[in-house]
Amino acid sequence: MRQSFFDEEILDRQFIQLEKLEDRENPNFVEEVLTLYFRDSTTLLATIEREMENVPIDFPKVDRILHQLKGSSASIGANKVRNEITKTRELWQQGNREGAKATFQEARKEHDTLKAKLEPYFQQLRQAGPAETAMRPR
Amino acid sequence: MNSSSGKGSMSTASSSAAWKTGDVVPDKFPAGLRVLVVDDDPTCLMILEKMLRTCLYEVTKCNRAETALCMLRENKNGFDIVISDVHMPDMDGFKLLEHIGLEMDLPVIMMSADDGKHVVMKGVTHGACDYLIKPVRIEALKNIWQHVVRKRRNEWKDFEQSGSVEEGDRQQKQSEDADYSSSANEGNWKSSKKRKDDEDETDERDDTSSLKKPRVVWSVELHQQFVTAVNQLGIDKAVPKKILELMNVPGLTRENVASHLQKYRLYLRRLSGVSQHQGNLNNPFISSQETTFGPLSSLNGLDLQTLAATGQLPAQSLATLQAAGLGRSTAKSGVPLPLVDQRNIFSFENPKLRFGEGQQQHMNNNKQINLLHGIPTTMEPKQLASLHHTAQSIGNINMQVTSHGAQSGQNSSLLMQMAQPQARGPTLDSTVGHAPRLPSSMGQPILSNGIAANVSTRNGIPENIRAPGYNPVSQTSSMLNFPMNHTSELPGNSFPLGSTPGISSLTSRRAFQEEVNSEIKVPSGFMPSYAIFNDLNQHKPQNWELENVGMTFDASQHSNSLQGNLDLTQSVLVQQGFSSRQVNGQSRSAAVVSKAVFSAADGTEHVIAQNVNQHLDSLLVDNTIRVKSERVADASAANLFPDHFGQEDLMSALLKQQEGIAPAENEFAFDGYSMDNIPG
Repeated sequence: MRQSFFDEEILDRQFIQLEKLEDRENPNFVEEVLTLYFRDSTTLLATIEREMENVPIDFPKVDRILHQLKGSSASIGANKVRNEITKTRELWQQGNREGAKATFQEARKEHDTLKAKLEPYFQQLRQAGPAETAMRPR
Repeated sequence: MNSSSGKGSMSTASSSAAWKTGDVVPDKFPAGLRVLVVDDDPTCLMILEKMLRTCLYEVTKCNRAETALCMLRENKNGFDIVISDVHMPDMDGFKLLEHIGLEMDLPVIMMSADDGKHVVMKGVTHGACDYLIKPVRIEALKNIWQHVVRKRRNEWKDFEQSGSVEEGDRQQKQSEDADYSSSANEGNWKSSKKRKDDEDETDERDDTSSLKKPRVVWSVELHQQFVTAVNQLGIDKAVPKKILELMNVPGLTRENVASHLQKYRLYLRRLSGVSQHQGNLNNPFISSQETTFGPLSSLNGLDLQTLAATGQLPAQSLATLQAAGLGRSTAKSGVPLPLVDQRNIFSFENPKLRFGEGQQQHMNNNKQINLLHGIPTTMEPKQLASLHHTAQSIGNINMQVTSHGAQSGQNSSLLMQMAQPQARGPTLDSTVGHAPRLPSSMGQPILSNGIAANVSTRNGIPENIRAPGYNPVSQTSSMLNFPMNHTSELPGNSFPLGSTPGISSLTSRRAFQEEVNSEIKVPSGFMPSYAIFNDLNQHKPQNWELENVGMTFDASQHSNSLQGNLDLTQSVLVQQGFSSRQVNGQSRSAAVVSKAVFSAADGTEHVIAQNVNQHLDSLLVDNTIRVKSERVADASAANLFPDHFGQEDLMSALLKQQEGIAPAENEFAFDGYSMDNIPG
């Protein structure tokens, strides 16, 4: 399952970096980070969606949030999410509201897909236990 | 970081070398490195913390810039390095960077998902020691300790350098610095500080002074090399690393170059704002003077003219400079105009003076001021000597000088005044720009800035130089910014620059010692003159130019003892033959100061007050203001403050001053200048 993430390019090497950070003291580090990420990203995505429809539109605000999302997605290795967010931001900066909105929907989709896929993955890890974790390919 | 107290004390240096947080055993380094990481994104923060922990660093995380600053302030020696995100909701990352650089002088690494060239460049110009692109990998974090080491080495080195260069000066400076920092200095400084309207400056100065660290002294020669390297690479492509390679100066670090470059760029920016000849400025600058103060060139342009006239400056540079200067003056906040006029007037006569002065001054400012002064200061001491001869012209020059710095006309007036008496001698202080007034002997109160700037320079410079009116120049040190403020305050005392920390000594000098025995070591004094300009220009960048001009004179005069960091040693011997005439009768001390021959030799702000006819008196007063502008220009040029203000500090200080100064400056019109303050 894990490998499929990389094959599908949903996750990139940054994710592996996170995995490397796990150790005895933080056995569930990756899961913790991802949980933190999703908590934040879900809120941000909702905010962006709302702001994009707002009148009058606060362009800089949306741009800032997009930038932040881009950073955090990149930090966890959420490859596709990051790409879509980057595209959204570019369009937004160009003033292409419609284009940005459409791309944003893509980003959102990728985000939800990732979340949906990771959940069972972590569950599997937890079930496997520490031994399995240790054996997990790094 | 312990390095912050670089004040020359060897002990500090050694402790810096140890840098240890105290708890970590040296062997274990870099383990235990105390890192403060600031990022509003919780995900990134968590990841970074974990990564840093894995590197065996001691991590403190923080999600708000304000909180981070508080933490740093409460525990100045509690951290070794800071990593900060660029985009944060409560404060811009670059602003935080500046604060840290100014107050604590810790190495700061910027971080962002944004990898655009402009953003990264901004990081460089604001003094970040590195820039990481998100997502950050642990490999990138493993090596951050190098920045800590490098910084410490620089400080240590600066410390050593300065110490060896001028033992005496250093000590003086240090003590002066200490004084400054403790703000208890001889009162001159303090008073000048008080006088300063600019609270900011004071604060900054205090901060910087407390931070005193040994800094690289950007001597004229060094600056020259720097500018040469930059020009060789092309201003756009000039990156610290390459510049460093080209310069090939042992012991110089990339950091030094980077911060100097930052200042230089600001200077250039200011110049360009003023004159179109920016590019030219640099060249003439270099050519004309050793002080490659490029940026100053713009200011100097004005002076250059005179200088050129005197044969000192290459004609072309003069033209450029002048154009620049002129352009600038007008461009600048408008205030410059008055100066400009003045300058033109004088430009011929004192060209030499200016340069000489400028040079000297520059040197002191080490980086910053040099730029400013560059123009005038490039005049090497010998030039100054010649300037003396041109004493007459000096008056003018001074005027110019002042005009430059003082953009605000005021200075000019001061200068002018000063110039009068001494028309001869390199009234270097002519920075006073008020040239019109003092046509001749403007010893130029080298912008009191110098004086103020000299704050540090003074180290012992008995010279009268700087006597209060003098401030101009040398003080370019961070104090410069004050000049503006100060000058207004110190009417009589050319020192108004008083703000320039170093200047305080100068101010006291006011007594004009006309013959400037002043060794005015205007350490950064140079800047002060700028400050004056600053006021005028308000535009920081611009002021710089103008100011520089003024400053250079002053600075040079003050022998920039200010150097603090400045390499006043540039032998700014501003030999202002001032006969300390008090140009308006008041600022005489200022005038004298101008004489402060900035014997900035080695950056030690020894301003050899040789004949500095510092008409500084009047000039000084104005200059002080000007000095400020210069300061800003150098901003970081640790100018004035002997403390080694980071250039960034100075820059900001200067910039601040500039802003504040501009309005005030105008009041300085020397004539009406109540030089009373000048303790003549």
